[in-house]
Amino acid sequence: MKPLTVNQLTVAYQRQAVLEDVSFSVPEGKLIGIIGPNGAGKSTLMKAILDLIPRVKGDISIYGKPYKQQRHLVGYVPQRGSVDWDFPTNALDVVLMGRYGHIGLWKRPRKEDVAVAMQCLEKVGMTSYAKRQISQLSGGQQQRVFLARALAQDASIYLMDEPFVGVDAATEKAIIELLNELKAKGKTVLVVHHDLQTVRDYFDWVLLLNKQVIAAGPTEEVFTYENLQKTYGGKLAFLSPQHVVR
Amino acid sequence: MSYTAWILLTGALVGVNCGLVGTFLVLRKMAMLSDAISHSVLLGIVGAYLVSHQLQGPSMLIGALIVGLLTAFFVQFLHQSGVQADAAIGVVFTALFAVGVILISLFADRVHLDVEHALMGEIAFVPWDVLEINGVTLGPKAVWLLGFVLIVNLFVIIVGYKELKISSFDPEMAMTLGIPVLFIHYVLMGMLSLTTVASFDSVGAILVVAMLIVPSATAYLWTDRLSIMLVLSALFGVLSSFIGYIFAAWLNVSISGSMAVASGVLFTLTFFFSPKHGLIGKWLQKRQSPTC
Repeated sequence: MKPLTVNQLTVAYQRQAVLEDVSFSVPEGKLIGIIGPNGAGKSTLMKAILDLIPRVKGDISIYGKPYKQQRHLVGYVPQRGSVDWDFPTNALDVVLMGRYGHIGLWKRPRKEDVAVAMQCLEKVGMTSYAKRQISQLSGGQQQRVFLARALAQDASIYLMDEPFVGVDAATEKAIIELLNELKAKGKTVLVVHHDLQTVRDYFDWVLLLNKQVIAAGPTEEVFTYENLQKTYGGKLAFLSPQHVVR
Repeated sequence: MSYTAWILLTGALVGVNCGLVGTFLVLRKMAMLSDAISHSVLLGIVGAYLVSHQLQGPSMLIGALIVGLLTAFFVQFLHQSGVQADAAIGVVFTALFAVGVILISLFADRVHLDVEHALMGEIAFVPWDVLEINGVTLGPKAVWLLGFVLIVNLFVIIVGYKELKISSFDPEMAMTLGIPVLFIHYVLMGMLSLTTVASFDSVGAILVVAMLIVPSATAYLWTDRLSIMLVLSALFGVLSSFIGYIFAAWLNVSISGSMAVASGVLFTLTFFFSPKHGLIGKWLQKRQSPTC
């Protein structure tokens, strides 16, 4: 069964269609890049999959069932700018939030949950920052904390909204290593991504999106100059074919 | 207990209740919603009086709870329909407050409540309005009311601590985990309504906003942990009311006014001198590490 199937999804903000008739399904155990210009509806697609925003029409299923029945299978890394990093809490606490779905409503985190959170911090190389207040972390470190939080969810599908934006080169490398580890464990990872030059190195599969699905499939088949022109329209003038095809 | 002791206890209870609820308002950037609800609950109190013919605990709490939640609901509804959040707050609470004012003046002969009292409160009268059961006096009604609200507030915060924390820090993440974020919002608005109406008699609708926001904003500058911020905020609330009472007794001025001023002074001192986030602390940190 496919980890994620989106069927004829339409989403609108105040009558303005942001996504129109989007249909695709993704294979299991792949790193998948979601590529498209600003305003193409990439973040909106993620939020629609997570049932955070209402849809005009269409169905989305996670391993064959609606999201509401499959929450525990999905991990989410929102854009770093979506939260207030001055909130009085530390890195470990934020990662522990990834366990809240497992802990259940109104119950306290147990020792095992704290242990899992610490392991996840270790996986992103942040053990020594566990008790650090989150505003005192660098952008890359904050992104690692968010990633550790998603790991703590122990999901089968991960949705990541621009995890590489504003991070240092070391963090980018660490993140991509982690994504490959997840893939090796059979997890499916969808990443909203901006940097066209790294697409071929990072992703097995791509979804080219600009309000509609332009193309979806294995990177070597779909990530072509023609498809990118269709996706970005005239905005792709700066990109020459050799960026894409090697 | 002496007259002064009752006033201090009342002030302390106002301080703790406001400090606890205010912490979440400050962290959710909803400070102005407390301004709105503190005004619109006036309508709840008047409404409750017209229905039950008493200005007592339970009916007043229920009236305030209903109107407080209505305020939060209307603000949410207008905001979702495209009205700016601050404008939505301004429209809703002034309208509901105005209806309350009109009702008071319409039934002025029957309602023992004047607008000035509602706005400014009078903690000095609290010790005389005592609860009596079978001829036994059980202390001021305000203390019982505030004590009951404190139990409600503590219960919600202890049981829902992690839900309140995540829905304040990252509401989208909370929603993806299936945490009822909107329900928690209304529970918090309910706590705010109860806290406001219980503090009404003592500090009034305007100064309760000071007690809700200022001690919490002060605590925010002292700590990096939510649990400690809650404790400090309550503590600053108590401290403000004690210092305020001492000054009021000394200078013979309004007690609730002095309480609010005391909270403002504590905030100002913190703003300059808090080790981590104070202006002087920040300046010293910069000097010690000239590279950044």
